[in-house]
Amino acid sequence: MTETSYNLLVLAFPVLVPLTLAAITAILWRNIQAQRVVAIAGLGVIVVCSVLLTMAVLRYDILAVEFGSWAVPFGISFVADRFAAALVMITGVLAFCVGIFSLRDMRQIHMRAGFYPLFFGMVAGVNGAFLTGDLFNLYVWFEVMLITSLGLLVIGRTKAQIDGAIKYALLNLVGTVLFLMAIGLLYGAAGTLAFADLARVLPTLEPTPGLVGAAILFLCAFGIKAGVFPLFFWLPASYHTAPFTISAIFAGLLTKVGVYAAFRVFTLLFTVEESGIREIVAVVAALTMVTGVFGAAVQWNIRRILSFHIISQIGYILMGLAIATPLAIAGAVFYIVHHIIVKANLFLLAGAIRQASGTDDLKKSGGLLKSHPWLAVLFLIPALSLAGLPPLSGFWAKFLVVDASFKGDMAWLAAVALFTGLLTLYSMTKIWMEAFWKAPGIERSQTRPVPVLMVAPIAVLGAITLTIGFYAEPFVQFAEKASITLTQPDVYIAAFFGEETQVGEAALERIDQ
Amino acid sequence: MIYVYAATIAIVAGAGIYMILAQNIVRIILGVALLAASANLLIFLSGRLGSVTPPIIRQDAEVLGSYAANPLPQALVLTAIVIGFALTAYAVALAVKGYKSLGTMDTSQMHDAEDLGSPFAAKSAPKQG
Repeated sequence: MTETSYNLLVLAFPVLVPLTLAAITAILWRNIQAQRVVAIAGLGVIVVCSVLLTMAVLRYDILAVEFGSWAVPFGISFVADRFAAALVMITGVLAFCVGIFSLRDMRQIHMRAGFYPLFFGMVAGVNGAFLTGDLFNLYVWFEVMLITSLGLLVIGRTKAQIDGAIKYALLNLVGTVLFLMAIGLLYGAAGTLAFADLARVLPTLEPTPGLVGAAILFLCAFGIKAGVFPLFFWLPASYHTAPFTISAIFAGLLTKVGVYAAFRVFTLLFTVEESGIREIVAVVAALTMVTGVFGAAVQWNIRRILSFHIISQIGYILMGLAIATPLAIAGAVFYIVHHIIVKANLFLLAGAIRQASGTDDLKKSGGLLKSHPWLAVLFLIPALSLAGLPPLSGFWAKFLVVDASFKGDMAWLAAVALFTGLLTLYSMTKIWMEAFWKAPGIERSQTRPVPVLMVAPIAVLGAITLTIGFYAEPFVQFAEKASITLTQPDVYIAAFFGEETQVGEAALERIDQ
Repeated sequence: MIYVYAATIAIVAGAGIYMILAQNIVRIILGVALLAASANLLIFLSGRLGSVTPPIIRQDAEVLGSYAANPLPQALVLTAIVIGFALTAYAVALAVKGYKSLGTMDTSQMHDAEDLGSPFAAKSAPKQG
């Protein structure tokens, strides 16, 4: 096999494999047992594909292919740099863990409603959004992701799910329409929609009202997707209603796709300094952190607390975009990877707590420390990591963005971030005290066991968190290299147009300065 | 001509946004559909109006001449219409299901999801003593 066709396959597989699996599991609609076997085997294949892609990206720095032998930049293209490859890798690992968890968590009724086809469709949409090199193609993957997630959200058809889905659907529909309008305006101004081509053309254009409008519309559209203040209301209204498996994968991936798109567009196409939106992003990031964490403080449903924390954590990631120095972008990349793992793990733990105590209302639960001590330990890893206690992964993530904000003359943002971290610790302590420490409301004669298949994925994700925490150096270095293609569009453009590039020591030295 | 076109898009988008502000789900869905239509028209306008010649490469030519209409916006709009249709269909189905199980079309009356673990849920519980 030639090198080019290998690259083509490596780039296409993270999308093609889940799509194929969605088709196979849909064919096996009535045979739940066969669907499970195919799903677990398939998730293994997805992990292998993600590893292959990551290895290829580590070797070539950046991969780009044009489908259908069209001349650059006219066809649909996939581009994988370190940022995209890391997210595809994490998506694969997370999908595998959540898939294992689903074996015990998802009921027959959910399986019959088409859980696996929708699940794989969503993974394909997420990976497509990470890998695509074309703005309109990104819109299509967003829609693939949206329609499958809407299906997953109402899979149990309960009242709460339908109520949540109505809010999720309507707000996200508006978001995608805004995205489409922004694409239209940008196409009218630049005449192209491929990322690299836009990055080449846009700096030569005068800032017209159309371009400014497009930038603002992109900000709003990705803001709705990512769940930032004041556009986040769909998120805490819906995430806690779905089955635990589904809310875990949602919490890990969906908002991060919006964040990823915002990073792509506002580093490659528009830069936050020149378009004058740095102040907007900084204020939005601060308000997102604060409102999210305050929203969580008053809630008593575990998953609703965690949902509000997704919002506040998105604020931290946006800090990186607002500061926009290479250090800050690297910090944000590290933060996204850490956050996906930790947040999904906490939602899985909410499922385990529900299994052990029979409720996800904190007022009614309690006493789990006595009956399930190991569950308490597994909870502490992601919970303390989320709050940013050393030496867990969250500490390094927060350290990087806070450090960058001091160096980038945005000390007030760092102050907000540290204050938010304190309140995050309060919320995590609340869950710990209420679910594990306090005496249970009703004494139980026998303990409810948590199945091994639920504990294993939690333990694996916890182990990843610990690894990132204790062995942070390679991950930070990876994030620093990933920030090169984001902060220096010429590297991305050159790779896209098939020119030889060297992302290496020279570029890294520029970052250090 | 292009100003007439632009003004029409603005009116359609404005009508869409006005309807999205309503509380009734059906009105909101119709509003989103109008807004989506205006987005499609916007893409169309971005591809420049003018030529009505179909974008077909002539037999003796290698590339499309400058006489033809721009084919790309048509492809984009077609894709967007298909996707928009699917999402609108889903939203309508959801509204019908919502009306059946929640018994209302008014978004301000929908609070089944928010009641779970709400700090204010105690109000509806029977008072002690």
